[in-house]
Amino acid sequence: MRRPRTAFFDLSCCEGCQLQVVNAGELLLEIVNLIDLVEFREAMSERHDGPLDVAFVEGSVTDEHAAARLREIRGRAKVLVALGSCASTGGVNGMKNAFDLAEIGRVVYGDGRRFFPTATTRALHQVVPVDYTIHGCPIAIPELLTVLKCILAGIPYTVPDQAVCTECKRNENVCLYDRGVTCLGPVTRAGCNSWCVNNGNICYGCRGLVSNPNEKGMLQVLTSRGISLEHVVRRMEMYNRCREEGPERAR
Amino acid sequence: MPAKKAGKNLGVKVEYLTRVEGHGNIVVEVRDGALEACRFDVVEAPRFFEALLRGRSIFEAQHITSRICGICACAHSLTSIQAAEEALGIIPTAQTTTLRRLLLDLEFIDSHVLHVYLLALPDLVGARSFLPLVASHEKVVRRALRMKKTVNHLSDTLVGRHVHPISAIVGGFTKLPSPADLERMHEELIALRPDMEATVALVASLAFPEFERPTEYVALVSDDATYPLLAGDIGSSDGVRLARREYRRATNEKVVPHSSAKHTSLSRDAYAVGALARFNLNHEKLAPRAKEAARVLGLKAPCHNPFLNTVAQTVEAVHCLEEAIGLAGELLERGVDRSEALVVGLNEGGRIPVRAGEGVGAIEAPRGILFHRYVTDDAGLITAADCVIPTNQNLANIEGDMRALVPEILHKSDAEIQLRLEMLVRSYDPCISCSTHLVRL
Ligand code: SF4
Ligand code: SF4
Ligand code: SF4
Repeated sequence: MRRPRTAFFDLSCCEGCQLQVVNAGELLLEIVNLIDLVEFREAMSERHDGPLDVAFVEGSVTDEHAAARLREIRGRAKVLVALGSCASTGGVNGMKNAFDLAEIGRVVYGDGRRFFPTATTRALHQVVPVDYTIHGCPIAIPELLTVLKCILAGIPYTVPDQAVCTECKRNENVCLYDRGVTCLGPVTRAGCNSWCVNNGNICYGCRGLVSNPNEKGMLQVLTSRGISLEHVVRRMEMYNRCREEGPERAR
Repeated sequence: MPAKKAGKNLGVKVEYLTRVEGHGNIVVEVRDGALEACRFDVVEAPRFFEALLRGRSIFEAQHITSRICGICACAHSLTSIQAAEEALGIIPTAQTTTLRRLLLDLEFIDSHVLHVYLLALPDLVGARSFLPLVASHEKVVRRALRMKKTVNHLSDTLVGRHVHPISAIVGGFTKLPSPADLERMHEELIALRPDMEATVALVASLAFPEFERPTEYVALVSDDATYPLLAGDIGSSDGVRLARREYRRATNEKVVPHSSAKHTSLSRDAYAVGALARFNLNHEKLAPRAKEAARVLGLKAPCHNPFLNTVAQTVEAVHCLEEAIGLAGELLERGVDRSEALVVGLNEGGRIPVRAGEGVGAIEAPRGILFHRYVTDDAGLITAADCVIPTNQNLANIEGDMRALVPEILHKSDAEIQLRLEMLVRSYDPCISCSTHLVRL
């Protein structure tokens, strides 16, 4: 079988997800044996302008230049993978959408803002069709490997659609609500093995919301603990603000 | 400066420089032997972090701002935490400070190994990336990946992961290493020494371009014996010394049209931060093994060759490994007080008293000094934020180097000139996506 011609691209992001790929260690050598890696700007000078079998795209669409670039990549890739929260849900870049764009330009660049046009942040699927999604900020290496196997086998990957709580329970963590703090695990999509809670922190919702969140249950928990809904909605904006813009939002 | 070869025309335009973090272009134009344009354009789309932090809890700051950069996420977290703690009036415990120093050491080793092996080395051995090196230098590539893997594993133990650490928060840590963790960490760190020695030997065998341009070097400085990475004043080779709260007097940012990152200057029209700046200012405080590495590598302060930043990184990697071994040993011996582990979340329960305040964090990131400043209201919400990132501080200096370098190499072929310019920029290990969000409060 011909090894799939594969490239990595980055839009607006911190490149942490690409770094996770490099962090796979010597496993990386096995990965590059399975694929024909033709472009990976963070780690390679080689460039490739022709057709691609697989394009991994990290980062969000935050201006028209990025949207055009994404469409161009989509146009020549058989399979397009959204790599990480920035790509899959808009990620932290989506927080920008809670503000007036002209105003935040002024805050950061003052009179110089005219040099730096910006647009509402969008996740990849809000601009082009996406074939595979790897959630997480950053992505988890085991899930990357699973998705890679699916791509090589030509089968779909189904992102787990239950709450982080299910993994957290299996890991026998003491629930953070019982320790007096708010955690987004009940409404956040699993697949990270409750990474943050295992390390004593709260879930910030980086993998996006489950498709059918148990709103009633969540509300009950909040009411019984005296936590305001507003507080939780504000927390959810960190990674899920783009969701409000709808899937195929025009420009 | 008059060009050596009159009449030459040259047009270099490197779009999306590779093997650096983020998006930048190199533009050099020479017409009839005269340098007409010489720029390093930051074309990364702005991400407006400072603007979108407004209204968020100070307890979220380190989570959000570590997302400025995946490569130095720990340095961003630690700087953010330092600024937040100053705003809130929290003084970290001795144990917390030790663990933070250990974390920063791991970050330096990881980042320097990445740069030396995967980003810089290909140029020095005539390859386009690490991929062809898998065939020609398999042992070297494997060593680099192995070292990264080990350090990542150590970071995982300490803070959950290296890319966007989980357990390091305002006030301390949400999870503390167990005695068994510490024992294993200490052993793994000691076991890294042979690979580190091999790294020094490898770098010693490489030929770096000869070029010198004296400039002002800026780094943290302190009066104690520790090589200052986590704490200190702002110092410069031109004799400036400022408290970290006065960072804006040191950086003097200005907006330039060709770059979404602002430029900075101090005593001259440009200054440099990073491994070479730290080495030049603080080399006497390096661990003995790191001093020995500098001797083997022929690195002497003051060094004015920006290409040797990669060599200074190698020396620092040795130093940070030695410091990390010492700190892990210390923790192992003293024992970790696990009752210090925190449950804070977003401080809903108000365990940590909040107040209106202002704080500045100044920490050495692998690429140079990093500043965060937050202003909070009496509910502990951020009302204003400012981040000044190392790559920004280097931008004007990179362009100064380019202007000095081009006339010296104008006799070479266009391809060689382009490669040399790329190498120059890469030697600064720029972190461009970091550099695109700066603000005046
Ligand atoms: S998802 Fe997170 S780690 Fe990945 S690129 Fe975006 S900010 Fe960085
Ligand atoms: S709410 Fe958070 S801590 Fe509690 S079970 Fe769910 S994921 Fe775990
Ligand atoms: S626990 Fe939550 S925030 Fe942490 S990695 Fe998992 S989904 Fe993301």
